[in-house]
Amino acid sequence: MSEFIDILLTAGFWAATIRIVSPLIFGTLGELICERAGVLNLGIEGIMTVGAMSGWMWVYQGGDLWTGVLFAACVGAIFGLLHAVFTVHLCLSQHVTGIGITLFASSLSYFVYRMLLPDATTPPKIVPFKPIAVPWLSDLPIIGEALFTQSALTYLALAAVPMVWYVLFRTPVGLAVRMSGENPVAVEAQGINVLAVRTGAVMVGSAFMAVGGAFITMSWFDAFYFGMINGRGWICVALVIFASWQPGKALLGALLFAGLEAIQVRAQQSAGAFIPYQFFLALPYVMSILAMIVMARKTRYPQALLVPFRRGERV
Amino acid sequence: MSKTPVLEFRGVTKRFGTLTANDNVSLTLHQGEVLALLGENGAGKTTLMNILFGHYQADEGEILVDGETLPPGSTQSAINAGIGMVHQHFTLADNLSVLENITLGTESLWSLRQDQAKAREKLAAMISDYGLVVDPDAQVSELSVGERQRVEILKALYRDARILILDEPTAVLTPQEAERLFATLKSITEKGLAIIFISHKLHEILAVSNRIAVLRRGAIVGTLETAVSKREQLAELMVGRMVTRPRLSAIEPGELVLEVRDLSTSGTGATELKQVDLTLHQHEIVGIAGVAGNGQGTLADILSGLRKDFSGTVQLNGQMLKAGNPRAIVASGVGRIPEDRHARGVVADMDIWENLISEDIRSDEVCRAGFIIDGTSARARAEKQIEKFDVRCKGPDAETKLLSGGNMQKLILARALSNTPSFILANQPVRGLDEGAIAYVQEQLLEARKRGAAILLVSEDLDELMALTDRMAVMSHGTLSSALPTGDRTIAEIGLMMAGHGDQGQSNMGISANGH
Repeated sequence: MSEFIDILLTAGFWAATIRIVSPLIFGTLGELICERAGVLNLGIEGIMTVGAMSGWMWVYQGGDLWTGVLFAACVGAIFGLLHAVFTVHLCLSQHVTGIGITLFASSLSYFVYRMLLPDATTPPKIVPFKPIAVPWLSDLPIIGEALFTQSALTYLALAAVPMVWYVLFRTPVGLAVRMSGENPVAVEAQGINVLAVRTGAVMVGSAFMAVGGAFITMSWFDAFYFGMINGRGWICVALVIFASWQPGKALLGALLFAGLEAIQVRAQQSAGAFIPYQFFLALPYVMSILAMIVMARKTRYPQALLVPFRRGERV
Repeated sequence: MSKTPVLEFRGVTKRFGTLTANDNVSLTLHQGEVLALLGENGAGKTTLMNILFGHYQADEGEILVDGETLPPGSTQSAINAGIGMVHQHFTLADNLSVLENITLGTESLWSLRQDQAKAREKLAAMISDYGLVVDPDAQVSELSVGERQRVEILKALYRDARILILDEPTAVLTPQEAERLFATLKSITEKGLAIIFISHKLHEILAVSNRIAVLRRGAIVGTLETAVSKREQLAELMVGRMVTRPRLSAIEPGELVLEVRDLSTSGTGATELKQVDLTLHQHEIVGIAGVAGNGQGTLADILSGLRKDFSGTVQLNGQMLKAGNPRAIVASGVGRIPEDRHARGVVADMDIWENLISEDIRSDEVCRAGFIIDGTSARARAEKQIEKFDVRCKGPDAETKLLSGGNMQKLILARALSNTPSFILANQPVRGLDEGAIAYVQEQLLEARKRGAAILLVSEDLDELMALTDRMAVMSHGTLSSALPTGDRTIAEIGLMMAGHGDQGQSNMGISANGH
């Protein structure tokens, strides 16, 4: 037990947590925006993969880091558009389309990577985002290193939480998005184009997901590996439910998961001798399931989630 | 009225496939008047309004607002032209606040903040001007149906509507709430707005309108001044022929058939039952009045075997009801006419004969060796039922979803009544049907009563209950009043009870046992 407390007191643990949480924040916010508009986006796993690959590839081909992030976001938005065409405009199953997008986007990422770099045996590296130490604040004990010595993309992720909250809950466009997820007929009756709102939300949400993927190859690591997203997209889908579709709670849930992830890595090192490491690997997922069971019982789903809207149809 | 009408339909025609929903409709609406649009279900009233509001595009014809053509198929331009619509099915988001529901779409989508203070001020002014009292910060899910309707009206007025369309606005209201709505409409027209009031209820239309346009099979068959209109004349115009609904003849009730004692379900919602007592005898129709969602559905679910988590007893012909076992309940002599034909009455994608045998798949008549369906004899039986109950269709092999509402209901009647049940649960049996079908269904129920069945009739239409029941009870918030002989309570009394103001038949001063 005391070993766990020791872990919790090290700055390295907190720094790792914040690093792990960044892509989860982007992905969860992205999924949250889509679902608030009434569209489940299970393309998230693939869109994060394609974001990771395209952002990294942009920089590897000589582009600069920030335009790389922007490029990843654009690629993500295009896959979001694809998802929206099938689910919003053609009203196809959001589950099936999402899984299809995931398979398509990840396979395409690996294919493009292999095509552009056929000879690479060890994954080539780029120069990733560097940690920025915030003056004064970074000198604080523990939090200084954990919170204020991170890369620019992490700061962006943390800033995105209140921004997304503000847009969703304090602006007219946010109201239109939320209303599309609750009762699209009401949106239509007020003269707003539901299909456009939903398409826009899915594209913006997918751009967030792609940036989450790009964080992994451009800030956390410096190379692109196969299978690198490793289920993080699915975790984001679960986190959205855990968070009851609230950005603030999403941050909380992501932090919880990231903390568990950081603990398990350290626990593996200290207790790995007598407990098989697979146990620790599974720990964050077991804990997330338990947390979901507690939290998700009283959640209020967006009422029009998964419900396609067909204009001018006889009801 | 020589002024330019505020709204004019010119030769509007709309077809859905082979069905002509609106046939060359021409209409005018003037400032400050209430025009009633009268017609049966399926006459094309809602379609016409959906064209006006841009939900559908007309195939022919045009609509003019203040003498200018309204661009077709655009909700936005209809709103901009000053048209506000209160839909039959409310278009509100339950999980959002009243204010959010009202302000959606009134500001540029790209502005970075909402001017809530200004919106509140404007809304507060309208609430006091028109007497449309509702809390702007309440969640829509917390509101009563009457309040939701007020939100819908406010939504239209907030956008400066000058023409207000109300589609079947009283369908979900108690008589008192309806009166209140009519008063609101009066104050709205006094401020210079024009109203189109859609309904199939004659007495309302006569009470609220200045002029009446009658729609039948998509076409206008007459436009009359309300002051000189007669109820019978309107009914005949609407239906196309004289239709007399059947009335009850006096029969002495027989033995006890259904006895419900102290029936309660757990939970606190308005749909949970609280100590319900009810008895039904042979040759008796007992009505349950009430606004939808006050527990009628729960009671019906229990009696038809769809719910078994209750306390109290239900006895049918002296035997305990086989709770939660629909097949046993049907076998013990219960005929069920469910509230929602499409959701629970039939499997729309299956054939008519399949739906007809679905309640007694294992009977020897249609089943061989206990598990093989005998298609030939099942079809033969279906043919007989189709003929007896006058289901208009191509035959037993036709798809059920192709049936009209009335014919689908006849199919359900055929299935429910063929086994001569001793107890019939009829939940909203005529909802959404045209006059001819209504008369048919009611006659069948009376026929069953004559034969000796006990019938529980759940309805939101007080006129229907008044005409058809021997005794009547009122349900409100899961509490059922005593079932007094029909006519012992006035419509106004029943209305008050529907709104939860206690059972005046049981206690004085309108205070009921559970403390209202």
